[in-house]
Amino acid sequence: MHMADALISPAVGGTMWVASAGLIGYCSKKIRTVFDDRRIPLMGVLGAFVFAAQMINFSIPGTGSSGHLGGGMLLAVLLGPHAAFLVISSVLVVQALFFADGGLLALGCNMFNLGFFPCFIAYPLVFRKIVGDKPTPVRLCIGCTAAAIIGLQLGAFGVVMETVFSDISELPFRTFALVMQPIHLAIGIVEGLVTASVVAFVWKARPEVLSAVSQSKPVGSYSIKRILIILLAVAALTGSMLSWFASSYPDGLEWAMFQTSGSEELEAPEHGIHASLASIQGSTAFLPDYGFASPESEAEEELPGQWPAIDAGTTVSGLIGGLLTLSIAVLTGYILRPRKVTP
Amino acid sequence: MADIGAHFIEIGLMDRLATKDTAIHRLDPRAKLLTTLVFVATVVSFGKYEVSALLSFFVYPIALIARGDIPARYILKKIILVAPFAILVGVFNPFLDREPLLTIGDWSIAGGWISLLSILVRFILTVGAALILLACTGINGVCLALEKLGVPRVFTAQLLFMYRYLFVIMEEGMRMVRAKRCRSFSKQDTGMKAFGHMLGHLLLRSLDRAQRIHSAMSCRGFDGHIPSMKQLRLTSGDVAFVAGWSGLFIIMRLYNISQLLGSFITEVIS
Amino acid sequence: MSHHIIEAEDLHYKYPDGTSAIQGVSFRITHGESVAIVGENGAGKSTLLLHLNGYLLPTEGALRIGDYSLTKETLNEVHRTVGMVFQDPDDQLFMPTVFEDVAFGPMNLGFPADEIKKRVYDALETVGMLHLKDRPPFKLSAGEKRAVAIATVLSMSPNILVMDEPSSHLDPKTRRKLIALLGTFKHTKIIATHDLDMAVDLCERTLIIHKGKIAADGPTRELMQDEELLEQCSLEKPLKLQCCSLCGKVSV
Ligand SMILES: Nc1ncnc2c1ncn2[C@@H]1O[C@H](COP(=O)(O)OP(=O)(O)O)[C@@H](O)[C@H]1O
Ligand SMILES: [Mg+2]
Repeated sequence: MHMADALISPAVGGTMWVASAGLIGYCSKKIRTVFDDRRIPLMGVLGAFVFAAQMINFSIPGTGSSGHLGGGMLLAVLLGPHAAFLVISSVLVVQALFFADGGLLALGCNMFNLGFFPCFIAYPLVFRKIVGDKPTPVRLCIGCTAAAIIGLQLGAFGVVMETVFSDISELPFRTFALVMQPIHLAIGIVEGLVTASVVAFVWKARPEVLSAVSQSKPVGSYSIKRILIILLAVAALTGSMLSWFASSYPDGLEWAMFQTSGSEELEAPEHGIHASLASIQGSTAFLPDYGFASPESEAEEELPGQWPAIDAGTTVSGLIGGLLTLSIAVLTGYILRPRKVTP
Repeated sequence: MADIGAHFIEIGLMDRLATKDTAIHRLDPRAKLLTTLVFVATVVSFGKYEVSALLSFFVYPIALIARGDIPARYILKKIILVAPFAILVGVFNPFLDREPLLTIGDWSIAGGWISLLSILVRFILTVGAALILLACTGINGVCLALEKLGVPRVFTAQLLFMYRYLFVIMEEGMRMVRAKRCRSFSKQDTGMKAFGHMLGHLLLRSLDRAQRIHSAMSCRGFDGHIPSMKQLRLTSGDVAFVAGWSGLFIIMRLYNISQLLGSFITEVIS
Repeated sequence: MSHHIIEAEDLHYKYPDGTSAIQGVSFRITHGESVAIVGENGAGKSTLLLHLNGYLLPTEGALRIGDYSLTKETLNEVHRTVGMVFQDPDDQLFMPTVFEDVAFGPMNLGFPADEIKKRVYDALETVGMLHLKDRPPFKLSAGEKRAVAIATVLSMSPNILVMDEPSSHLDPKTRRKLIALLGTFKHTKIIATHDLDMAVDLCERTLIIHKGKIAADGPTRELMQDEELLEQCSLEKPLKLQCCSLCGKVSV
């Protein structure tokens, strides 16, 4: 379910960056106030665990396809929401840097979709409500499953919204949502059941791990309402600023959108559960501005509804120029290459 | 399972590239991080039918690959590995957007093809930039840069911890999967319940490990915050690197260099 | 020189889950001694060692380390006095580079930057690993990891070195090197080990732990000859002291 750089507009990417950066700051501060020096190694090791767990596949009975653990809800259950958000974020950072999963601009979106929703919505409002103060195995299982499903639904909805906002005028929101949500319902159920079975195992083998965590009062110590209001305000502010900025470059907001589902788009073609869908490009798009820099085409942009006359000359020169710059770039690289000193 | 082994090797390789000692590697990690961010931001800000102007942006990754002595083929391979995603993203465009956008003589090219090409190009650029940043900075450098740019220490410290123990825990996971394989004979994949147990085991071991690490830390005087001794000093070279490249990106964003060059050439020829 | 002394009096420890790992252990180790702690798996060696530098506090009994009796308040001093090398070096090498790892202890002790650097260089020099200082710890071989783990402790210049199975997972040659290295240290040494040959080489005194209690305390060579005692504690006579099956001589 990773968003990718190539799919988001700077306005959306920037807004989500600000939101996620704010959350990282907030969570770090929270963690520092709850003094527990076991936290840092625990967070790091659990992050590594989730990373490793995501690479082990298991078959989903009766479907012939396979899935894996996403880990967001599990981390929230084990660490509490603040620490879990930081751990999920750093897993995403490493994935973006080492495996080119998503990309740097999309990192904000991904942290929000995969971190904020499970940790700050599904965990307190679903998991904690179901499990209550006295966890029992049954409650834990129901709570994990339900919270994982809802967390993933919200995450998928986040992807839809970010997509829609990346290109407001074009994307058929309904179609997109109607495909995304059911797919992620299926993924969420699997994720929830796996989370529940891991938690059940730990409950049986080492109950003190869970009871210690689930009784450490993270819920009362922050107000979800306040976080939400602040986030909304921040998002609205940066979003409107960035889109104002972007609207002075109208091309910046045009995006055809498309999302694969699933938590690992890399493997999507192999593992059947992850379906994909196409986006539709409306015909009412902004004018294609292929000859961006030339003054004529800029003038033409102001006449909506009429295709600009693209003369073959511009096209050919664009083609030639493009090839030329590319070769110049490659040549520069070749020249810059440090000489190998052969002894 | 094969995945986990491959990932293991992958991470190690990227890490080794970061230990080289070139002019690029010696740059302040903050300079590289900032420049990469400006690069990505300018690239994604182009319109969806833009291709030619994007081509000039290749100069940055290519220059870094050259000066940083990064094996271009390896980076390319990594990009191609993730490319199915980008192709999937764009492959429907030609069918959905049939409006002819370009005509060269008798041919006409639909807008969808152009936008597909554009998605692919920007995909290569953004993904490549992230990989190259890592290859010439290393995860430690990136974390140090993040920290000096104001990201809380708690976050970077646990990120580095995670990275450190990735190897250890992946290896443990790999051993468990292997042992499981040996005993499960014909059944190739793991069912959900057995899978849950296996992960549960791995989780318990990880928790134990965290406990032991903590004991090792507190035996050396750890009291909740991890001290950092590394200092960074921004040199004029670093500033020039950021300013020079960022300036170039903005110029390339405002003026379509390819188009200008092409017009110039065609005019000269005709 | 009272600060090199360790004295345990009727030590008991019960884990939170109810396991009684230590059940009444008393001993006194004086300055400059080298003591091996041996016993089968689960005997309680690691648990005992974790007390020696204050990670665990006894549920019953008293422990005196150097000039301090072990309580929550004296932990800092105890950390300085006792250097603890853990069984799995991966647990001990948690920083991004070898240098930072060895510097971790001195930094926590609050030394100035140049003093820290000097300590790191000295410690790495001592174990012969200075050339690895910029490497990430997870890229090292098992022997290198072990040596660096020892350096991380040496950089805090402890008076007492406590080691949990330092020779486990090492190939014979690396093990030899390690034993030679440990032999050069003048510290008071306490080494938990299954490697009885190493115990014979390095430690003049041995404590045998069996089911959380001390089964024997005496000169290593004597204890290792006592086949009945060894049998009782599920241990095996070191190869060194066994009669050579070919020529019938004891090798040392
Ligand atoms: N964290 C723990 N919680 C509960 N029991 C433990 C823990 N660590 C060790 N034990 C138990 O305490 C006993 C002594 O263990 P340990 O000191 O590790 O033995 P040794 O190092 O001699 O092999 C064993 O029975 C072991 O199962
Ligand atoms: Mg032990």
